[in-house]
Amino acid sequence: MEIVQQILFIAALAATAWFITGRVKLIAKAIRLGRAENRFDHADERLKTMLLVAFGQKKMFTNLLVGVMHFVIYAGFIIINIEILEIILDGILGTHRLFAPIITPIYPVLIDVFEVLAFGVLAVCVVFLCRRFIARVSRLQASRHRELRGWPISDATIILTAEIVLMIAFLTWNAADSVLRDRGVGHYGELQGVVPDFLVSQYLKPLFTGFSDTALVAYERTAWWLHILGILAFAIYVTYSKHLHIALGFPNVYFSDLQPKGEMQNMPEITKEVQLALGLPVTTEPDGSQANDNGEQPAEIGRFGAKDVEDLKWINLMNAYSCTECGRCTAACPANITGKKLSPRKIMMDTRDRLEDIQKGWKTNGPDYKDDKSLLGDYITAEELNACTTCQACVNACPININPLDIILQLRRYRVMEESEAPASWNAMFSNIENNMAPWKFSPSDRFNWAEQVNEPLTK
Amino acid sequence: MTVNEKTYTVPTMADMAASGEAPEILFWVGCAGSFDDRYKRVTIAFVRILNHVGIKFAVLGPEEACTGDPARRAGNEFLFQMQAMSNIQVLNGYNVKKIVTACPHCFNTLKNEYPELGGNYEVIHHSQFLQGLIDEGRVKVEGGQSFKGRKITFHDSCYLGRANKVYEAPREVLAALDADLVEMKRVRANGLCCGAGGGQYFKEPEPGSKDVNVERIEEALATGADTIAVACPFCMTMMSDGVKNKNREDSVRVFDVSELIAQGQGL
Repeated sequence: MEIVQQILFIAALAATAWFITGRVKLIAKAIRLGRAENRFDHADERLKTMLLVAFGQKKMFTNLLVGVMHFVIYAGFIIINIEILEIILDGILGTHRLFAPIITPIYPVLIDVFEVLAFGVLAVCVVFLCRRFIARVSRLQASRHRELRGWPISDATIILTAEIVLMIAFLTWNAADSVLRDRGVGHYGELQGVVPDFLVSQYLKPLFTGFSDTALVAYERTAWWLHILGILAFAIYVTYSKHLHIALGFPNVYFSDLQPKGEMQNMPEITKEVQLALGLPVTTEPDGSQANDNGEQPAEIGRFGAKDVEDLKWINLMNAYSCTECGRCTAACPANITGKKLSPRKIMMDTRDRLEDIQKGWKTNGPDYKDDKSLLGDYITAEELNACTTCQACVNACPININPLDIILQLRRYRVMEESEAPASWNAMFSNIENNMAPWKFSPSDRFNWAEQVNEPLTK
Repeated sequence: MTVNEKTYTVPTMADMAASGEAPEILFWVGCAGSFDDRYKRVTIAFVRILNHVGIKFAVLGPEEACTGDPARRAGNEFLFQMQAMSNIQVLNGYNVKKIVTACPHCFNTLKNEYPELGGNYEVIHHSQFLQGLIDEGRVKVEGGQSFKGRKITFHDSCYLGRANKVYEAPREVLAALDADLVEMKRVRANGLCCGAGGGQYFKEPEPGSKDVNVERIEEALATGADTIAVACPFCMTMMSDGVKNKNREDSVRVFDVSELIAQGQGL
């Protein structure tokens, strides 16, 4: 009987690993659709940022209470992995609490910590569900934010419910196990005197005192399997979910922008054009490298700006997979606050949706398939793009340094430079700058007229 | 008000170069500071302060052109780089080292975006420059209007604050006025945009429930301040329009930080 369980367990583990490997490859392929950009520079600064923002959760603590609650789930997730290690080894080897006799004095302390964290995770998930459905935190409401309608809300509910179920399974499993130990049943009894009652599950023991030995063993096994299979299923599920941020949050922060927020990325391929137009010596190649002396190689210039995901940088696409749709960006966005269609969260979700639609196309039509849709137009509209004030509030708000503004600006570039599509008054502003060296229609020769007034009284 | 007896001068780089001189700083006036009637008064206030403390400065005058910020943010990279490289040619031609500007958009572009195109300068926002003068004791707010007991609130501009992390300089300048500085609900890194950046100033807003500047002015008025201090030409217009929108132009005024200092000094 025991060997059957072991075989089943190993099979489940192998299947999960195989499945996740496939998903990781697919997601990595999607991220590599993006344009190359070197984000491997300044390793010290990147590491520091990752330690502070990802490991240290620095930006989550903007709101202390929410920060603490998120930290409980985060710490629970990280630390409970040690417990999962024991569960996996028990599953493979057919043992029960493998570590208990080996690290006897530390063992109960560890499990106590896990239980407290499990209870914390459970409580926080309940609070998070309440925030969504009872307190109705604005940024999490589908009625207020159209991008959340349907799957995103279900996704969030599934995750929170799954975590609650997993934690209940873990705590009741420990309780049933303690009762069996007390009764000295089978191998459970062997740990009598080695493993004491645990901090949280001891209070759940009365639930099981009425159970027969057989029923208890059945419950213990069921809870154990539910807990570990639940975790494996969750690991697979995560690769389809916004919850992928638990893995990608770390690299996403590591590779995040280091330059001042206000700096908009240069387009070296345009620098060359402008240098030629102004009769200046050409200093850069379109790829940003220095020009050769003969400097004559015709360079392959892609699109100006971005129309679809492959025109964006890979980090923009990683951003999209890392986004957990918390909506702090959208809640801080002045356009969104004042009822405009723009939502930075939707920009990130659209980018990911676009990538996932391409992935589906690969599955049905081969690995190079591309449909005739594009991110701009089919997912993100001009009205959304035009509403952005580039104020950086979304960039500042993101707890894991996602930059929705960068995508908006690249899409704007495509609209203006490739499609000559800009609001009429922007076109007027452009021509004023071009002709008058100012965004307004004033003669450049009047630019210094203000100086005549320096000695006049200032009217109030 | 009588005509000020002092005479203020505004030397240009061309004048200076002709007489073989080099200024301590170049004052980058910006398009709004040159053409917008309201913001010209800010330009003049700042020039008077510079004269008053005896800073050797110069402006480009007719040789200055838009930095290209609104073009770049609206998506017209080509136009931006045309502007940038022409400006860099002029600035480098005069061997400019240090630039002060009263426009956060010019500040951001000159500081962060010109280096990649060959323009490397030390760029300072005028609020930082004023803070320096106050710290050195070169600017003392006396002899003019008293601000004691008056409630002033400061509106953070995105391109000064979030974009470049300049939050304290304008506040310290206001602190020198001895006024009662009251903060809005959303300030510093969480400050709310005036609604004009990213080219929005040059077009109608997209349809929504409210204009951004109205949302912001409601927050400013909620502080009970009678003076809204700004440090950006776009914020100046947007906040002033907001005050008008709320019919509060008789009781609430919008001023640039440099205007308040000039008033405090009686310039």
